[in-house]
Amino acid sequence: MKTDRRSLLKGIAAATAAVSAAPITALARPRKTAGADAVGMLYDATKCIGCKTCVVACKEEAGLPADTRSNRLYDAPDGLNEYTKNVIQLYKGDNEYSYVKKQCMHCIDPACVGACMLGALKKGDYGVVSYEADTCIGCRYCEVACPFNVPKFEWSKSTPKIVKCELCKERLAKGLEPACTTVCPAKAIIFGKRDQLLKEAHDRIDRNPNLYFPKVYGEEELGGTQVLYLSHVPFEKLGFRFDDKRAVPDVQQTIQHGVYQGFAAPIALYAVLGAVIFRNRKKSPDEE
Amino acid sequence: MSRSFKALLALAALGVALILWRLYAGLGVTTAMSDGYPWGIWIAFDVVTGTALACGGYAVAILVYILNRGNYHPLIRPAILTSALGYSIAGLSVVLDIGRWWNVWKVPVMIRNWNVNSVLLEVALCIMAYTVVLWIELTPAILEKWPDSAISRRALPILDKSLVWIAALGIVLPTMRQSSLGSLMLLSGPKLHPLWNTPLLPLFFLATCLAMGYAIVVFESRSHGRVGGSVLRTLQQIATWSVFIFVVARFIDLGLRGEITRILTLDLYGVMFWAETALFLAPLFLKDLRGAILLLLAGALYRFDTFLVAFDPGPGWSYFPSVPEIFITIGLIAFELAAYVLIVKTFPILGGTAHQEN
Repeated sequence: MKTDRRSLLKGIAAATAAVSAAPITALARPRKTAGADAVGMLYDATKCIGCKTCVVACKEEAGLPADTRSNRLYDAPDGLNEYTKNVIQLYKGDNEYSYVKKQCMHCIDPACVGACMLGALKKGDYGVVSYEADTCIGCRYCEVACPFNVPKFEWSKSTPKIVKCELCKERLAKGLEPACTTVCPAKAIIFGKRDQLLKEAHDRIDRNPNLYFPKVYGEEELGGTQVLYLSHVPFEKLGFRFDDKRAVPDVQQTIQHGVYQGFAAPIALYAVLGAVIFRNRKKSPDEE
Repeated sequence: MSRSFKALLALAALGVALILWRLYAGLGVTTAMSDGYPWGIWIAFDVVTGTALACGGYAVAILVYILNRGNYHPLIRPAILTSALGYSIAGLSVVLDIGRWWNVWKVPVMIRNWNVNSVLLEVALCIMAYTVVLWIELTPAILEKWPDSAISRRALPILDKSLVWIAALGIVLPTMRQSSLGSLMLLSGPKLHPLWNTPLLPLFFLATCLAMGYAIVVFESRSHGRVGGSVLRTLQQIATWSVFIFVVARFIDLGLRGEITRILTLDLYGVMFWAETALFLAPLFLKDLRGAILLLLAGALYRFDTFLVAFDPGPGWSYFPSVPEIFITIGLIAFELAAYVLIVKTFPILGGTAHQEN
């Protein structure tokens, strides 16, 4: 009897290992690439004059109120927040400064979309990361997951939603450009297909190598983003903390897919456990 | 009613009042959470730590049903009751925490919308299913109170027959859930400090929750002394040695990932890492109740660190729970304790027979 139980235990151990330790052997998840229809924006910090026209245009288009919390007078958001999907910030160093525009990066492999339980956040037409409040339960896992801290939550409301740039998806559907790129007087933010914007960005660096920091941020960072950045200062000074090439959902989804492939491991574990308990109940429990 | 029971009810009532305020006014005024720290103590403590403390039912179920150790049988009902209450409270905390709580029914119902990549979906479904399973497992104890009633005579044999498959679910679901709690923070990617950010997080969470499960059973049993000392000593040894293996595995993992030198930096992260390690290893030297308590603290700190301390959203953000957040958590715990006392006094939970206290 003792040996019997031992062999059963081994079976359970194997099934448990399959459920919990499969990540180690799981195959790496293939890297995602931008879709053929992927559009995006290119922001050139060397051209931006910090006029915030794009911020105003974004608020008008999205119907968002002015954020007057810092001065009680006019719209002056200190960053992206529940009233602000697009913002211009200033970096000031010892002998240098730069503006930087912040909005959703529209990642090729977005962490927020991987996080979202019922697909309220989705990658839709043109690769836009869009939001649908109807299936959102307000869990804020998207905020935990986003490496750029983009999704914002309406903390001031008792019926809150998530607020984030959706690349003016209604305008795109009508064949128009996003509001911010339309109004920019300095052409610091331009709209286009992602591959063309990427080429344009590299051309600018090639034409003016002394001006630019030699990298297009978003080309590969965190799996690649559909909004791309050029700058004369290193990107971490503009608040881009991470330059890891790996998409955020990579590790976690590799594990998850390894463990739950076809839900086989949990079902196997369930069957084995059921069989063991069934057997055990037929025998009288041993007493010590 | 004893004085301490009245105190529990008062705290629970305060909690209910604050909960109503939170539902009316929203999360902004009532909590200290922000866009930088979107999850606070309701998730890190009530849900993540609370359900690990509620792993007693899971841990004992493995001993009794799988390893067939009949001498642990008196432990199973109190353990299942604690788990059922712990998971129910965790579920309630989630509903309070989510901003759009009126949509929560859509999670189990809108199957077509399920994002199978979402670990949180898995965690949510498991928490719901496991809470139901736990209450089903507890139903015989409640029905035995009235053994001659029509419902009992019909339901008890059915429950007895289906116990096998319910008990098996009662092991599979927490295995999935507790490991997935670990996977949850993997999606915060580079925002999670490398000392905690390992692909082994699901395995580590599973190992520590089992140890915490055994420790909580030791802790509870010591207080009502129904089970023999040798049984409890064995449980404690299992818990102590499994976390010892976890600590060793953690160091090896840090070495393999090339992050081991970070433990020499005595910043907040280094200090917290060593505090956890010390608490995890202390039960090797401190036996009995003190050992069990240290083990529970160790597991709780490890979870707290993974969800709050090691999570760095960048400069400019900070989080310390607000007074309402803390008192809602206290109110929920008070409610849980009061419910435990009441159920234990009313139904045959302890030792399989009606138990009279005082």
